[in-house]
Amino acid sequence: MTSFVLLSFLLISAFLFLYFRSKAISFIGSTSQKLHSRPEFHGGAALIFTIIPALFFYSFVSIAKDLFIRLAGYNESEAQMVASLYDVITLAVAVLIIVLGFLLFTKKQNIRFPARHIVEKAIMGVLFFASGIAVLTTIGIFLSVIFESLSFFSQYAFSDFLFGLQWSPQTALREDQVGSSGAFGAVPLFAGTALITVIALLVAVPVGLSAAIYLSDYATPKFRSIAKPILEVLAGIPTVVYGFFAALTIAPFIRNSSESLGFTASSESALAAGLVMGIMLIPFISSLSDDVINAVPQSLRDGSYGLGATKSETMKRVVLPAALPGIVSAVLLAVSRAIGETMIVVMAAGQSANLTINPLETVTTVTVQIVALLTGDIEFDTPKTLSAFALGLVLFIITLILNFIALRVVKKYREQYD
Amino acid sequence: MNMIVSDVAMGVEMADQVKIKVNDVDVFYGAKQALFGVELDIKANQVTSLIGPSGCGKSTFLKCLNRMNDTVDIARIQGLITLDGVNVYDSKIDVVELRARVGMVFQKPNPFPKSIYENIAYGARIHGLASTKADLDAIVASSLEKAGLFEEVKDRLHEPGTSLSGGQQQRLCIARAIAVSPEVILMDEPCSALDPIATAKVEELIDELKQNYTIVIVTHSMQQAARVSQYTAFFHLGTLVEYGETKKIFTSPTDKRTEDYITGRIG
Repeated sequence: MTSFVLLSFLLISAFLFLYFRSKAISFIGSTSQKLHSRPEFHGGAALIFTIIPALFFYSFVSIAKDLFIRLAGYNESEAQMVASLYDVITLAVAVLIIVLGFLLFTKKQNIRFPARHIVEKAIMGVLFFASGIAVLTTIGIFLSVIFESLSFFSQYAFSDFLFGLQWSPQTALREDQVGSSGAFGAVPLFAGTALITVIALLVAVPVGLSAAIYLSDYATPKFRSIAKPILEVLAGIPTVVYGFFAALTIAPFIRNSSESLGFTASSESALAAGLVMGIMLIPFISSLSDDVINAVPQSLRDGSYGLGATKSETMKRVVLPAALPGIVSAVLLAVSRAIGETMIVVMAAGQSANLTINPLETVTTVTVQIVALLTGDIEFDTPKTLSAFALGLVLFIITLILNFIALRVVKKYREQYD
Repeated sequence: MNMIVSDVAMGVEMADQVKIKVNDVDVFYGAKQALFGVELDIKANQVTSLIGPSGCGKSTFLKCLNRMNDTVDIARIQGLITLDGVNVYDSKIDVVELRARVGMVFQKPNPFPKSIYENIAYGARIHGLASTKADLDAIVASSLEKAGLFEEVKDRLHEPGTSLSGGQQQRLCIARAIAVSPEVILMDEPCSALDPIATAKVEELIDELKQNYTIVIVTHSMQQAARVSQYTAFFHLGTLVEYGETKKIFTSPTDKRTEDYITGRIG
């Protein structure tokens, strides 16, 4: 039914467009006046008067159908009938809208009709609508996280959550169960996240940035054209594959080599996860930094070379400072990726919430715990489940603060060229 | 402080006052030849202007003098260019040292996106010309003074160089070049992005600078060439057509093409 309706709407659109366009063409020559808008705009404006409101009406009312039937409280057999009646009425009203729009447009259309302005306004409306969706969704997600978090904090003290040093989110199945009071101290999780993120950045930033510098200013065009796509392939590898690599290759390697050096290392370690995550982030940093370094005007480099500066001096003192804002945002993007990364950590760093800064021990991160809390059989009103939202909220706030700080830093140190 | 100048070179300079000697220079960009057998002697402490229609090779020629063409991968040069008698393309020549001796000012003012002070201090720093902060301050002040900019910017040395007007930016770039105490300053259409008043100031500056520096300037304005230079070289289609005293070139050119160009018939 719906697909048939949509198809006919499409056909009607084509007809209306062509009809009003040819009508606009027929105006030309009838008087000495000039046509205000090109005929195509007349066709487009006709659609805005007819099909588009009809389509809006039809889709919104159709979506509301189930809700309407449910709220009205019909029984099964009535519901069937009401539903088909509802469909027919909806379609009839949509057709009526088209007809009314057609009549209205026929009445309005003349040689000086400003169809161009109407089409331009409609396009702006569509663009506004799209950006509105993005913003509203973000706000919606944020609000839902806040509400769930509030209901968590009504059951568990905020300060215990934020500053508690122990994380063991199991809750009692029976009242009298031993060791059943869950502890939701988030510090070990954030410490684990921070540890792994720092290790990952220690790998990714120096390597990625150096690669970007080499590719943009030192490499021959031929090398660049080969190496850059290869580097970007790294970005396309699914993180679960990195996870394997971390768990099966890097983690055992780290354990063995640290044991031979006399350290004790667990088979899952923050170091393994961090190293592999760092490798994953290299292409992010190198690719984005390469773009911003390339965007620094050649004239600045020439100015520096002209004074007798070497390539590396020019890079260090002129190009990198000028590219700093872009590089910082590349690093920030990498930080958000690192903080949000789950798969590698699950596979390589483990799930036990140790509070440690020893990278050879097993740690866990916020995102891993959120996954763990929300998988399996869950009840939505236990602190265990709700704590996931609280974790999400804090994570969100932390990334927000990081972004804010980075923006301030960039503003202070940026060297603006134009 | 001083750049290394060999004794032999000094001797040559004293003898005939030729600072840069260019012998049969060809330049290729890939397969395309941009300069054909250019021969030219640039006199010390004089302003030499290079004129000619767009694409005639005058900028290319200028860039050969401090080896800025080295940064273009496909550029290739044949022939001999000597600075004070020393081949600048010799494998023993350090490009960094050469460019400290032969400074360059570009067509579009290109101050670094740093403070005015840092713009000037840059060259002094990379060449290690100042050992103390006071030395550096002195270099910055004297360079700005020589570029006639000190009075205008002395109260805002720590504002970005890019906040200056176009003409001030270009004089800042000249000051930046002066700060490394070069012997030669190359200028690639230094006034083409400036208004007439800023242009007049830069021209005045060029005239003063020739007491201490040898200046080679590429210009599209024949009036400018006539105003500021003592020697003029006319390039056409990659060849040096005519070279001589500016007065002579503009009053009685020997080549028909030169005459056509300066009277506005070609180019």
